[in-house]
Formats: sequence, C-alpha cells, structure tokens
Amino acid sequence: MSSEPGPLLQVEHLKTYFPIKSGVLIDREVGRVHAVDDVSFELGDGETLGLVGESGCGKTTLARTVTRLLQPSGGSVRFQGQDITELSQRKLRPVRREMQMVFQDPFSSLNPRRRVREIIGGPLRLHGASSSKADERSREILELVGLSGDHMDRYPHEFSGGMRQRIGIARALALSPKLVVLDEPVSALDVSIQAQIINLLDSIQDELGLSYLFVAHDLSVVRHVSDRIAVMYLGKIVELAAASELFEGPIHPYTLSLYSAVPVPDPKEGRARERIVLKGDVPNPSDPPAGCRFHTRCPVATEICSQEEPPLADYGGGHLAACHHPQSIGAARIKRASRSPASPESSARRLPAAGGAR
Amino acid sequence: MSAPLLSVEDLRVSFRTEEGVLQAVDGLSLELAAGEILAIVGESGCGKSVTAMSLMGLTRGANTKIEGRVKLGERDLVGASESELLGVRGAEIAMIFQNPMTSLDPVYRVGEQIAEQIRAHEDVSAEAARERSIELLGRVGIPHAESRVDAYPHEFSGGMRQRVMIAMALSCSPRVLIADEPTTALDVTIQAQILERVMELRREENAGVILITHDLGVVAEVADRVAVMYAGRIVEQGTLDQIFYDPGHPYTWGLLGSVTRLDRDRAGALPSIAGAPPSLIAPPQGCHFRPRCPHARGRCEQVPPLEQRDPKAAGHLDRCWLDLEAKRSLRQVEGGIGLAPAAEAQA
Repeated sequence: MSSEPGPLLQVEHLKTYFPIKSGVLIDREVGRVHAVDDVSFELGDGETLGLVGESGCGKTTLARTVTRLLQPSGGSVRFQGQDITELSQRKLRPVRREMQMVFQDPFSSLNPRRRVREIIGGPLRLHGASSSKADERSREILELVGLSGDHMDRYPHEFSGGMRQRIGIARALALSPKLVVLDEPVSALDVSIQAQIINLLDSIQDELGLSYLFVAHDLSVVRHVSDRIAVMYLGKIVELAAASELFEGPIHPYTLSLYSAVPVPDPKEGRARERIVLKGDVPNPSDPPAGCRFHTRCPVATEICSQEEPPLADYGGGHLAACHHPQSIGAARIKRASRSPASPESSARRLPAAGGAR
Repeated sequence: MSAPLLSVEDLRVSFRTEEGVLQAVDGLSLELAAGEILAIVGESGCGKSVTAMSLMGLTRGANTKIEGRVKLGERDLVGASESELLGVRGAEIAMIFQNPMTSLDPVYRVGEQIAEQIRAHEDVSAEAARERSIELLGRVGIPHAESRVDAYPHEFSGGMRQRVMIAMALSCSPRVLIADEPTTALDVTIQAQILERVMELRREENAGVILITHDLGVVAEVADRVAVMYAGRIVEQGTLDQIFYDPGHPYTWGLLGSVTRLDRDRAGALPSIAGAPPSLIAPPQGCHFRPRCPHARGRCEQVPPLEQRDPKAAGHLDRCWLDLEAKRSLRQVEGGIGLAPAAEAQA
C-alpha cells in the first residue's frame, strides 16, 4: 500500500518533555517526564502506521506532538515536505486541514451542547465554507460514515457509543485531510461495534486514499489495521517493522512478551502456547532506567543492557529494533545489520554482536 | 458434578426508571461448582454486571425488583436480610471490581482496608489482622509487603492496586469469587500477571470463580465454562470448547467472528454484527437478538427456550430456534466466525 517518493509525514528525533514543577511561591523545575524521547519514523501516502505500547509509554503524547497539539521539546516534524515544528498557530491552520485527529472517548470528545450539524460543520466554517456549503458537505460525510442526513439536528447524547465514534470520524474527514491521527479510536467500544468501526476506517481509507497514524494498546486491533507497526516503550521506539514481519519474527524481547501476553481467543491454541509473563510494572518515565529502558523487566538482559542504550539496528526490509540481544533471527542477519539513522542520538554506536543472539 | 456451590434459579432484576421499567436480568439460571471458573460474556449493557451485583444483594434499592433464587449451599440470598448478607459478603462471596482506581478508599492505608474486612468477619486482634494482611499482600505478589502494607492506594500502580483488591477479596477465604472485568483497566502485560494470580488462587483455595468480561481472549485463556449473555438473558451456555468450536447461537457466532486476532493476518473486512443492542426498557418481543440476526424468522417472535440441542453435548444449551443441522451449516466459516470450521467442531 505504501508508495515510495517523499513520505507524507517525516518525524525526526522528536522529543516531548513535560516539566515537573515544585515550590510554593516560585515554581522550580525539579525534573522532567521524558514522554517522547528521540523518536523518528516516516509515514507514506495511503499507509497505516500502528503505534502500540502500554499506558504511559508516550504513544498519545507522540500523536499529539505530531499534530502540534503539543509543542515538541526537540527534533522535527515534516508534513508534505514542510517543516511544521516551529510554525505559528496561524500558519498551522492550513496544515491542520490536511491533518485531523479522532479521539479515544466518543463520550467526551463531542460537545454535548452542539448538534451534529455544528460538530461536523464547525471545522468547515472555520475554514471559510458558507453555512449551506457546510451543511451539504456534512450530509455527504455523514453518509460516508454510515449515518444519514436525518441525524444532522440531533445531539450527541442521542447516539450510542459506536455512532458517536462515527460522528468523531465524520468531523475529522469533513475537511478532506491527507492524514488522520487516530488515538485509540475503538478501545472504548464493544467488540461487535469495534469491528464495525474498524471496517469503516478501512473502507474510507481505500476510498479516499488516506494515511492513518493508528495509536492503540490492543495489539490484535493494530495488527488488523496496520501496514507497519512501531512498538514504543517508555518514550522510545523499540521496534518498527511491517505488520506481518513484526508478528512472525519479533526481534525485541519487549515485543515478544507483549505478543505473548495477549490472550488468543481460541482455547486450543491458547493451551498450546508458551507465555512469557513480564515481572513488575513500567518504570517511572521521569526517572527512566539507564541503558536500555526495558532492562529492568527484560528476561534476557545482561550487564551491557544497563550500561549502553542500544541503537535502532536495521535488519533489512525496514525492520528496525533496538536491542543488544536480538531475538528470533539468525547470526547472518545480525551480522548484516546496520545502524539506522532513526536511532536516538544518545544511543551507542555499537551494534549487537551475532554471538549475543540466542 | 457434585452439588453446586452456587446456584441461580430464574433470577429477574428490574429497575424502575423515569422512562419505564428496565428489565436488566430476565430469567437467568446458572450453577457454579467449586474450583470452577465460569465466564459470563457479553457486551456493555447486557446485564452481566447487574447479575454479579445482584448475587451479593448489591443492587437492592427502592426502585429495584429482584425475583428468583440465588442459593449458596442451602441458603437463599435473594430473600436474605441485610444483616445476613453482611455476614456473607466478603466472607463467603467476595468480589473484585473493574476499576482498581476507584474501588479502594484513598484516605486509608491499604493494610487497614484489608484488616478491616478480616476483623468484620472474624474475632481477631488488630495485630493478627495486620499480620494476615501482610501475608495476603505477599501472596498476591506485592514485593516488600511488610512495608507496603502501610502505603496509601495512590502510591500503587493500577496493577498493584488490583492485587490489593484481590488480596482483600481473598482475606476470608471465600467460597465464591466474583471478578467483574478484573483486567479491563490494565495493560496486557499486567493483565497476564493478574490472570495467572486468579488461576493460582482457584487451584489453591478450590473456590468457584465467576469471571465477568467482554474479552473473549481472556475467556479462552482461563474459563472452564462460558455463559453468553445478550440483553438480560443467557443465550448460550456450555464448556469452553463447546462455545468456541461448536457455537449454537447466531449472537455467539457474531461475537466470535468480530474479534480481531493477533495470530491471523488481516483477511479483508472483519465480520461484524449490524446494528446495536436493544434498549432494555422496550426490548424486542421474542428473541432479543431478532432485529440484528441474519437468520431471524417468524417463530423468533416467541422466546426460544434455553435448551440442549445436541443430545451428545451435555451441558451445552442455547436459546435459538434453528435446528442443529441448520446451525452448523448456517454458521459461516469462511471469513465468518473463522474460529470453528464445522467439520472440526463435529469431530
């Protein structure tokens, strides 16, 4: 699905830190939460990039920084070749047309005092459409997302969760964006409704040639929708690969354990499966562990993992992983690996040695 | 199977609301044996949580009407007085709630909260109760239990708080444990830890567990038997394998089919169930699933009984008029439910 020339979205060494303040009269900065810590990736036309990780790994912050709802602390975001990292709010406006967001909770992301007409037509009028034009377009979009023009004068509370999420999607699509950032778009919905929304997103993408940045914690949903997947842990991308490749041969032990922690809805396969149950919790992002951030919970960690931050190594075919002890691949591929330019600046030069693999 | 630990007979729970009477649970019967994990599955609003809470008398109120029987051993809990229930709750039936963030009291130390429950049911000293709390916290996998016992809930992460809830639920060695979406608010790696804990405790204590969830993956992983609920009624019930490999109700087919799977490549559109669940104030007449069911016919206007359809499949009941052959052929395999090739299910 992806096309080669010039990525639609190019994120380089992006960092978002939140200051921790303390003090009674004078707010002193006493620390920083490294929510997104040196992340690079690209997203092509018509492509879906899935972004997965546990709560607190920075995936939502990353999504919001990419759309400039949050101001990055470093690095750059290029959209359609234009650097939007430092653009003023005013100059961002035309960019926002092309880049829309769908939020997690369809109950709190729609203004309860606005009618559907105003919710969907709002962004259109903001961008200069007349009322009648906005209405016409809203009607069109409502039909595209499986609702009807009759719903125009209703309020959000008159809809079920699944229908509200359709309205959220309609609002995002009203301006015909190129990129839609979906932040956990189905996690608040029931399975049967989840399936409807996933199918809807799929068909809209085919019809309009959209690119999706799909943020979710549910690996099976991400696998179903994504072309490529990035796995995040404590503010860093630890592995990035084509969806099928990531699941057939996960290189990072974190990906492996995430994969094994997801219950399979098939009792026979479930019984046959070996599970890795990770110990402990995700560490505090204001004081992340030194070296590889996963080493405190990693089943294969050794001394080097607590000392050196592993670079993102490119194992061919766009499969990147940041681990000193790559899993599921042979020594030959480890030997051929090269340091990806997407590696965090603070990471080590040294690539994993072939002997380090199991 | 020996005499059931807990048996529910024709439980009906309705709430009077401004819009009318809401029939949340409509004639539900089930049995739970010791050492068994029974999963109740269904979408939001199907009445699974109301069922769980009604078992412990937690839905009682001026606007609630509860009928039927809930028998714990010889005792009927529906007719029991509030003071009788106080003796049962926590001691014989314990509950773990969905949200560990809101189900602990933020102003008391966790140890005090556990000890309070122990001392409510047993005549022990404060020191002995504290000792027990420490031991319980250790058992559910909280490191440094001796010092953590004096921590407040906000000092724990979500997964740790859920462990505290489990420790509290187990404090009086209950015979029945009701877990209402115990892992829904947690990350997958933490979910795996908690589920392992629940299974371990079932083995050690031989308690019966009712697990309420909407996640079929979790069900497949831990349950022995499954009851599928839709709009206040059980529509299908059976062993784990019967439900997953020979499902008899079109709603179960839909549920199984609409799950995204990690171990499968995307295969075009995901089968989904059209429409949304009905309102429980004015549910459709007859089979509640009728308006969304692709196989609905005239007779579906009468409520089908919850019956065993395959004489060979003991304990496998469903509430659908279709005959067995029709079920097995109508059940879509290709791109449909995908989990149960008909041939394999019959083998």
